[in-house]
Amino acid sequence: MSLIEVKNLSAYYENKEIFSNLNFSVYEGDYLCIIGENGSGKTTLMRLLLGFKVKKSGSIILRGVTRKEIGYLPQKTETQRDFPASVNEIIMSGFSSKSFFGIRYSKAQKEKALKNMELLEIGELKNRSFKELSGGQQQKVLLCRSLCATSKAILMDEPVTGLDSASREEFYALIRKLNLSGIAVIMISHDINKALVEGKNILHISENGYFYGKTIDYLESGFGGAK
Amino acid sequence: MMDYIAEIFSYPFAVRAIIVGSLVSLCAALLGINLVLKRFSMLGDGLSHVSFGAAAIALAAGVAPLKLSIPIVIIAAFLLLRLGRKANGDAAIAMVSSSALAIGIIVATMTTGMNTDINNYMFGSVLAMSKGDVYIAVAVAVCVIILFILFYEKLFCISFDEEFSRAIGVKVGFYNTLNAILTAVTIVVAMRIMGALLISSIIIFPPMSAMKLCKKYRLVVILSACVSIFAFLMGIFLSFFYDMPVAAAVVATKHIIFIVFSIISKIKYK
Repeated sequence: MSLIEVKNLSAYYENKEIFSNLNFSVYEGDYLCIIGENGSGKTTLMRLLLGFKVKKSGSIILRGVTRKEIGYLPQKTETQRDFPASVNEIIMSGFSSKSFFGIRYSKAQKEKALKNMELLEIGELKNRSFKELSGGQQQKVLLCRSLCATSKAILMDEPVTGLDSASREEFYALIRKLNLSGIAVIMISHDINKALVEGKNILHISENGYFYGKTIDYLESGFGGAK
Repeated sequence: MMDYIAEIFSYPFAVRAIIVGSLVSLCAALLGINLVLKRFSMLGDGLSHVSFGAAAIALAAGVAPLKLSIPIVIIAAFLLLRLGRKANGDAAIAMVSSSALAIGIIVATMTTGMNTDINNYMFGSVLAMSKGDVYIAVAVAVCVIILFILFYEKLFCISFDEEFSRAIGVKVGFYNTLNAILTAVTIVVAMRIMGALLISSIIIFPPMSAMKLCKKYRLVVILSACVSIFAFLMGIFLSFFYDMPVAAAVVATKHIIFIVFSIISKIKYK
């Protein structure tokens, strides 16, 4: 069953069309890789899926999942590099939209956070300072925070950017693990080769239209010069 | 020693200054953490210059300075926060800030002259606190403290990662607006004591000092508030007994605290 169904979606920036008439779906337990050149509209598409304000036409239909339940792993920002916070504080902030009028995080939320930390193998980092961690560890912490906000689908924006190759492999393995546990993964990437290995479905956006379909079919289609 | 302190409290103007000063120090420290972390440290400086300009115009026009300053500075806070996000944000803030100062000086010299009032606005004064200032300071402090207690988790989430906060449904725009308004009012009130030229210290020093020692956000918040209030009271004390100008004494105290914390952090985290 599809969690997200996108129909005839076009996006505009200052009346210039970024992409037009996209049709694709994200299914339960899906692993969709969104690839394309810089400027092809990958990030715009992600902002649309997250419900941010973008000028558009067409529709995005959510089934059995609300906007807020779609987790998000944004690219790391400059501010975060020396931000004084413990790993635990950052992970718990995934629940912050649900904290209400000063009522602190509930026991259930704390347990969920612990479970996610174990799943991502970062339990021992809990009380460490975020800024002292390696790039790979930081990325896992941020992923864990996103997991606290959702249990159905997660959007990742170039999640391995800036990591060394060992950390990249480790991170991809974690994403596979999450995907196997039933979470739908939508990943923006410019690493086509890796997307072909990891993803179940491919959405390739380019100036000359787009490709959407199974990874195997993508290779046969020869779209974007892939052979 | 106790006699001296009792003596300070026997002057009504000193009591008012201590109440207002402690409250705005607390607010500035709390609001300052997010400004410093988001690279908006110079906002306080910019706003105080705008506030100076507004106050000079108000004095010339015979209006109560706060009545004119508060709305103008709130508008300026929005503008500067918006400009600050652009590529040349720091340059934009510097331009607005120096223009406002220039307008203030022109208006002041052409009308009332560069008198004591203007001097107080530049370098601060404890004598300037009226009953009205006390009420405003108490109101702002209550708002800031309520904001921090009720929305602590959301504020943390926003200052760490705005995009993520928006994605999980936190009303980022609302909290940023609230932050801008409270920062603006805090600056206007604090400027009476600290002066336009020294005010950025009350926003920047406490968080920067606290971050030297604390690795947890919650501890940064608490230590930052403590440093800010302590430094203010120390400044008042120095001013009474050694005849130092209050604002300068407060800044000097904060500077010393910062150096001490830096040294401790060097030793501790070597």
